[in-house]
Amino acid sequence: MDLQDLYREVILDHNRSPRNFRRIEPCSHSAEGFNPLCGDKLRVYVEKDGDAITDVAFEGSGCAISVASSSMMTEAIKGKTVQQARALFDEIRALLSGEADNEAELGKLAALGGVRQFPSRIKCANLAWHALRAALDGDQQAKTE
Amino acid sequence: MTQVATTDRALPFDVEAVRADFPVLDQQIHGKPLVYLDSAASAQRPVAVLDAMDRYYRNNHANVHRGVHTLSQRATDDYEGARQRIAQYINARSACEIIFTRGTTEAINLVANSYARPQLGNTSEIVITQLEHHSNIVPWQLVAAQTGASIRVLPINDRGELEIDQFEGLLNDRTCIVAVNHISNALGTINPVNDIVRIAHQHGVPVLLDGAQAMPHTAVDVQALDCDFFAFSGHKVFGPTGIGVLYGKENLLEQMPPWQGGGEMILSVTFENSTYAGLPHKFEAGTPAIAEAVGLGAAIDYIVALDIERIAAYEQQLLDYATERLATIDGIRFIGTAREKASVVSFTLEGIHPHDIGTIVDSEGVAIRTGHHCAMPVMDFFGVPATARASLAFYNNRDDIDRLVDALHKTKQVFG
Repeated sequence: MDLQDLYREVILDHNRSPRNFRRIEPCSHSAEGFNPLCGDKLRVYVEKDGDAITDVAFEGSGCAISVASSSMMTEAIKGKTVQQARALFDEIRALLSGEADNEAELGKLAALGGVRQFPSRIKCANLAWHALRAALDGDQQAKTE
Repeated sequence: MTQVATTDRALPFDVEAVRADFPVLDQQIHGKPLVYLDSAASAQRPVAVLDAMDRYYRNNHANVHRGVHTLSQRATDDYEGARQRIAQYINARSACEIIFTRGTTEAINLVANSYARPQLGNTSEIVITQLEHHSNIVPWQLVAAQTGASIRVLPINDRGELEIDQFEGLLNDRTCIVAVNHISNALGTINPVNDIVRIAHQHGVPVLLDGAQAMPHTAVDVQALDCDFFAFSGHKVFGPTGIGVLYGKENLLEQMPPWQGGGEMILSVTFENSTYAGLPHKFEAGTPAIAEAVGLGAAIDYIVALDIERIAAYEQQLLDYATERLATIDGIRFIGTAREKASVVSFTLEGIHPHDIGTIVDSEGVAIRTGHHCAMPVMDFFGVPATARASLAFYNNRDDIDRLVDALHKTKQVFG
């Protein structure tokens, strides 16, 4: 178990200064992610123009991993199409579950893979992504596995 | 009540000897000696408990109250012997007032369903407090939803103490029951349960005490408390999981209908009708957790031998030391600073989420609980989503506290 693998500098940076940490109102879609285990609660806002995600933001409170993951997600998704965003959701899920060796393709987001050694923290990393998917699906509440 | 005093209160508490009784403590976690500070979630058990359960399974196991054969008789003796010892320890008038359950949660559900529900109507009220564990909230919400009854909540102050002056104002002739924890699991607050029982009884209202956190930290005498029900769990009092106790006053238990039906709890069954067994078996449908009851009896014996008063005195010293040492950390905020407090320290560190604290101190071998501690209304009151909680038992020592403090400094370093 290597703590430095979990709390990489990019994670700590996004936790300290989360990007797109705001509300978008009104917005096309929003959904809440809640982890009852630790109380992490966040809301993801998505603004769409046709099929393009023109803006994405989040607010809420959570641990460093969930805040950093949310922040990095908003950076990665903005400007993508809905289809690209869904594809990235699948990539992140594969990364976090260890199903795929896709760190090389994921760039900065690969840092989230550090949670794999910490099973109790995997939900922290995927909370924002599940909230994103719920928002795109038109659901109010994220369903996490 | 007669207890064999094998200890001398004048002698200092020999924590190192006690630690040797708990084999789980002697291990490395991530290359460092384990520091276990999560006993409020679940305590560890001494060899005496493990041995008692092992002996039972190796030598005496059969179903209880069933057979005329020797093993069934031995199993029954072991099981009922544990009930006797528990009754004696908490000073119940009779062993028939001790109902074995799966734990505190099941005990509270039993009272909610068997005692409260039949008398609840849509004007009835149930009084609980803001300090309750979810297990002393949700069972009442369930029966309230089924009957139209409402729940009234006694608030707490900034120290995490009950606003006891407001308690009497919550009681009226519609109040069915008061359900309150003896010691708060989230904050360690020791509640003025004697006052609560006295005031409630002045209004003719019975009181259930959730004693899950009281049993490991303080002497419990149900007759002195005069509570009507008292619930606790085996695993929080150094016994096994899957076993707990509901104490109830005999006259109340007698009036209550069975909650679950099955074998063990009946006298006779036909398809037209069944007649129920007497106390305590009326409430123990199905084959009970026999080995676990035996283990719980052994845990109680262990505490009696150590002497709960000496345990409490030692834990208070340890709590004082922990509070003093933790207070030296910049950015720490104690959540729950009750004047009467058991050895639980709930806290936050500025700018660092409790979940991150938990992971980092674990990497240093230190086990603490992080989260809402099944007490979300307490978290809401203090405006925090979660806290970190170090809960101390008599097998912890000052070195454990020092290791926690060092691990918290490490946490702060990681977050720079």
